[in-house]
Amino acid sequence: MKMRYDVVVLGGGAAGMGAAKGAKDLGSSVLLIEREPFTGGVLNQCIHTGFGLQVFKMELTGPEYHEFYRNKIGKFDALYETMVLNIDFDGNKIKAMNSDGIHEIEYGALVLATGARERPFEALRVPGTRPAGIFTAGLAQKFVNLENHLPGHRAVIIGSGDIGMIMARRLFLEGVEVEGVYEIMPYPGGLTRNVAQCLEDFNIPLHLSTSVVKIHGKRRLEGVTVAKFENNSPIEGSERFIECDTLVASVGLIPENDLVKGKIETGSDDGIFVDDLMRTNYENVFACGNNVCIHDLVDFTTTEGEIAGKNAALVAKGESLPPRAGIIIAGSGIRILSIHYTTATEPFKLYVRVDRPMEIATININDKPVKAAVNARPSEMIELTLNPQKIDLKGKIIVSAKGVKK
Amino acid sequence: MRVAIIGAGVVGSLIARELTKYEAEVEIFEKYPDVGWGVTKANSGVIHAGYDDEPGTVRSKYCARGNSLYTKLSYELGFPIKRTGSLVVAFDDEEVRVLEKLLDYGKQNGVEGLQILDKYKSLEKEPNLSKMIVAALWAPSTGIVGPWEVAQAAIENAIENGAKIHLSTEVKGIKKENKKVFVEVDDRDYEFDFVVNASGLWADVLAESAGVKVTPLHPRKGEYILLDQSDLVRTVIFPVPSKAGKGILVLPTIHNTTLLGPTSEDLPPDWRDRNETTREGIQKIIENTKKLVPSINLSKSIRTFAGLRPENDLKDFVVVKEESMVNVVATRSPGLTSAPAMAEEIADWIVQIGGLKLNKNFNPYRKPIPRPYEMEDKEREKLIKENPAFGRVICRCNKVTEGEVIEAIKRGARTLDGVKLRTTAMFGRCQGSFCTVNIMKIIKRETGIDFGEIEKNLPSSKVVDGEIR
Ligand SMILES: Cc1cc2nc3c(=O)[nH]c(=O)nc-3n(C[C@H](O)[C@H](O)[C@H](O)COP(=O)(O)OP(=O)(O)OC[C@H]3O[C@@H](n4cnc5c(N)ncnc54)[C@H](O)[C@@H]3O)c2cc1C
Ligand SMILES: Cc1cc2nc3c(=O)[nH]c(=O)nc-3n(C[C@H](O)[C@H](O)[C@H](O)COP(=O)(O)OP(=O)(O)OC[C@H]3O[C@@H](n4cnc5c(N)ncnc54)[C@H](O)[C@@H]3O)c2cc1C
Repeated sequence: MKMRYDVVVLGGGAAGMGAAKGAKDLGSSVLLIEREPFTGGVLNQCIHTGFGLQVFKMELTGPEYHEFYRNKIGKFDALYETMVLNIDFDGNKIKAMNSDGIHEIEYGALVLATGARERPFEALRVPGTRPAGIFTAGLAQKFVNLENHLPGHRAVIIGSGDIGMIMARRLFLEGVEVEGVYEIMPYPGGLTRNVAQCLEDFNIPLHLSTSVVKIHGKRRLEGVTVAKFENNSPIEGSERFIECDTLVASVGLIPENDLVKGKIETGSDDGIFVDDLMRTNYENVFACGNNVCIHDLVDFTTTEGEIAGKNAALVAKGESLPPRAGIIIAGSGIRILSIHYTTATEPFKLYVRVDRPMEIATININDKPVKAAVNARPSEMIELTLNPQKIDLKGKIIVSAKGVKK
Repeated sequence: MRVAIIGAGVVGSLIARELTKYEAEVEIFEKYPDVGWGVTKANSGVIHAGYDDEPGTVRSKYCARGNSLYTKLSYELGFPIKRTGSLVVAFDDEEVRVLEKLLDYGKQNGVEGLQILDKYKSLEKEPNLSKMIVAALWAPSTGIVGPWEVAQAAIENAIENGAKIHLSTEVKGIKKENKKVFVEVDDRDYEFDFVVNASGLWADVLAESAGVKVTPLHPRKGEYILLDQSDLVRTVIFPVPSKAGKGILVLPTIHNTTLLGPTSEDLPPDWRDRNETTREGIQKIIENTKKLVPSINLSKSIRTFAGLRPENDLKDFVVVKEESMVNVVATRSPGLTSAPAMAEEIADWIVQIGGLKLNKNFNPYRKPIPRPYEMEDKEREKLIKENPAFGRVICRCNKVTEGEVIEAIKRGARTLDGVKLRTTAMFGRCQGSFCTVNIMKIIKRETGIDFGEIEKNLPSSKVVDGEIR
């Protein structure tokens, strides 16, 4: 089938829904394409609360947030259980496949909102056997929350990212013995509020600077050996065997951009490089959400989505948007930036992560301090509002972070 | 004539298929629940050209011949093969002399197209090679396959032509008695006229049980790292071989990933199931392969694994042909490459002994599982119209559709690995974190096996527990 829409949105998670709303609000015709049979993306399986605090000032569960926001969008066209096979960026066309056949969809502007995937445990190259009983946190979450099956009875959690800690609590509440959470870094990987609410409240031990060095068990997992780590290497003699039948790994999310590789500019972490309009290296292609930068909070992805959708609608209408005027570069102390270019026209938000914990961090733009963050951690994004009327944001902009003592 | 084949690895499978070309009653016994889960599951998947086997060895007899048979096999059995060619790279003059020796072996073994390339020609073929190389031996006939796909395809075709398979059936011993052979299984003995022992790592033990003396086997472990990189190398890259074997390679796989390995570590004879990876092994792979291809990006690792070679002190295959039994022992490398040539010769032997006639109804073709992602639009469109399940993508990494998963189940997959090794779902960069649940739902719907009963692979490898509430 052939179709044409002003704005086509790829991916129906929080970011894609935001984009659909942003574009629809400006009167564009919108088509959303989603691989799953429904919108919501990862929200559907996050039955814990903690969504919506920033933007909507409400504490919702993932599915509640999804429903609440979905109702705000109103009606739009969507293709579900549909896989985009290929995008012709020069011809402004998408080829997609579903059980009705092959579809060719022409777009005025395109929004990429394909989210992220979990880094599998297998990617860590941990020696030993390869038994059943090893899950990513997201997969374990799906089994428990959506399919009503427990992954096992005695679990070890590897990685203290938010999903890992949330799953530690979830499994504990379902009667699984959670032996502990193991984190290779000397600080937790997720939000401080999750350390308190998911682990401390349930007496689940968090072992820092510790990780798994060997997997045991031929058919089903029988145990793991953990060891203390220093500078990313296990400390000899610190090994300890833990009996368990389940390992849940929360070892990072990777922006999902396979579809656009080589065409759309991405960074070394696979995230798409966009400007403050959420525009990519193509005039009429925008990106938002976890495929740009892994966000801790859904609120930020919704906001990004709305910006992307709005600008996509403008371009589809034939308006020309301001060109890029500045390039934003991560300097010392900064691990991740959410956007990499700016038009230096309107104030915009920049999210950064520091590369190590700092008691007080000053965030600098070209060496000029613009914000102080107390108790800055790599696990928590720092939000900056940058106003081109107040600081020069043209040319090369280096963002750095410096730890200062109290 | 009733013929039993012990082992559904690549060797046993191809022998079984070859025999169904004749009027033989073929029964295959396999102790695993699925086909190709032994040595055939974990190896480099290289169809070697045949230049590194010293002339006169049993290996040299089969390897180049097996290589050339693969073209027709792949066409008939519908499994993909890619003739990528290979480079053995030399870093100094001494190593260049080894290349010359290999070139000479190759010529004696009848390998065609071999050529020693200078540094620049080599780098043209393979731009990501180390700039420190001085020359390379180019072998255009080297290829890559998915080894278990060869075994699956051969067994499917053999069954189509009348063979029978007993899965999850371990043979405890083989007895020869007055021109008959008895295959001993847990609760009964099966009577046959002829037995082929193709039991891989256990071939010496089974040979022994039938009173055939062979040089004993021990496992030699090979560890690997798999990378989610499709464009790192185009050809199979070898260092110059050493006493330990062909060395640690960098190669593309038929599934668009890059494989690094294998190591080579001799294990005690009774460690035939000890295929765990080790810290030392992984470290060794990294050090060695970075010398060949410095731009390897380890952050693209998607998994590590290890395989065990059935090795003996002769470092050569042993094929013992008798009146009522053939033993194929020490199917080390290049056993995958050699298997079609072994199958041809062993079938000839059995045909002679039994005076077998051709099977007039033999159908050499096996239809592969349709793969919409790799089709032209018209073809896809037609397939989806016939069966909409081929339009629903289940595995996002490798774009596997529901139709393919259902077809894999129809062809015998009952476990996650059974589906994985037939479709490549759960085989890509997410290692199943997205699609495992959906695949289990399809298995449950198609077979009635409950979630809490579905296994990853072997018995007692359940994926999840029963229902929570
Ligand atoms: C387990 C977990 C717990 C979290 N907890 C919290 C919390 O407590 N509070 C909070 O505020 N935030 C939380 N977050 C963060 C927040 O929810 C996410 O950052 C946000 O939902 C991501 O939205 P997204 O749209 O970018 O990605 P996703 O939700 O991943 O959506 C992407 C969508 O795109 C689809 N898609 C991808 N590729 C294609 C394609 N080629 N064709 C068609 N469709 C495609 C996918 O199927 C998916 O539906 C959590 C995140 C996770 C993973
Ligand atoms: C690390 C490594 C790398 C290699 N690389 C290459 C390469 O690149 N190219 C190449 O040509 N070759 C290679 N090889 C060699 C090749 O993999 C083997 O030669 C080939 O797979 C052997 O096949 P097989 O059928 O003999 O053994 P298997 O695949 O092990 O088949 C034997 C079958 O017999 C079954 N069995 C055993 N005992 C019993 C019993 N008692 N009852 C019933 N069933 C039984 C087993 O379960 C098994 O399925 C490599 C091998 C390894 C380990």
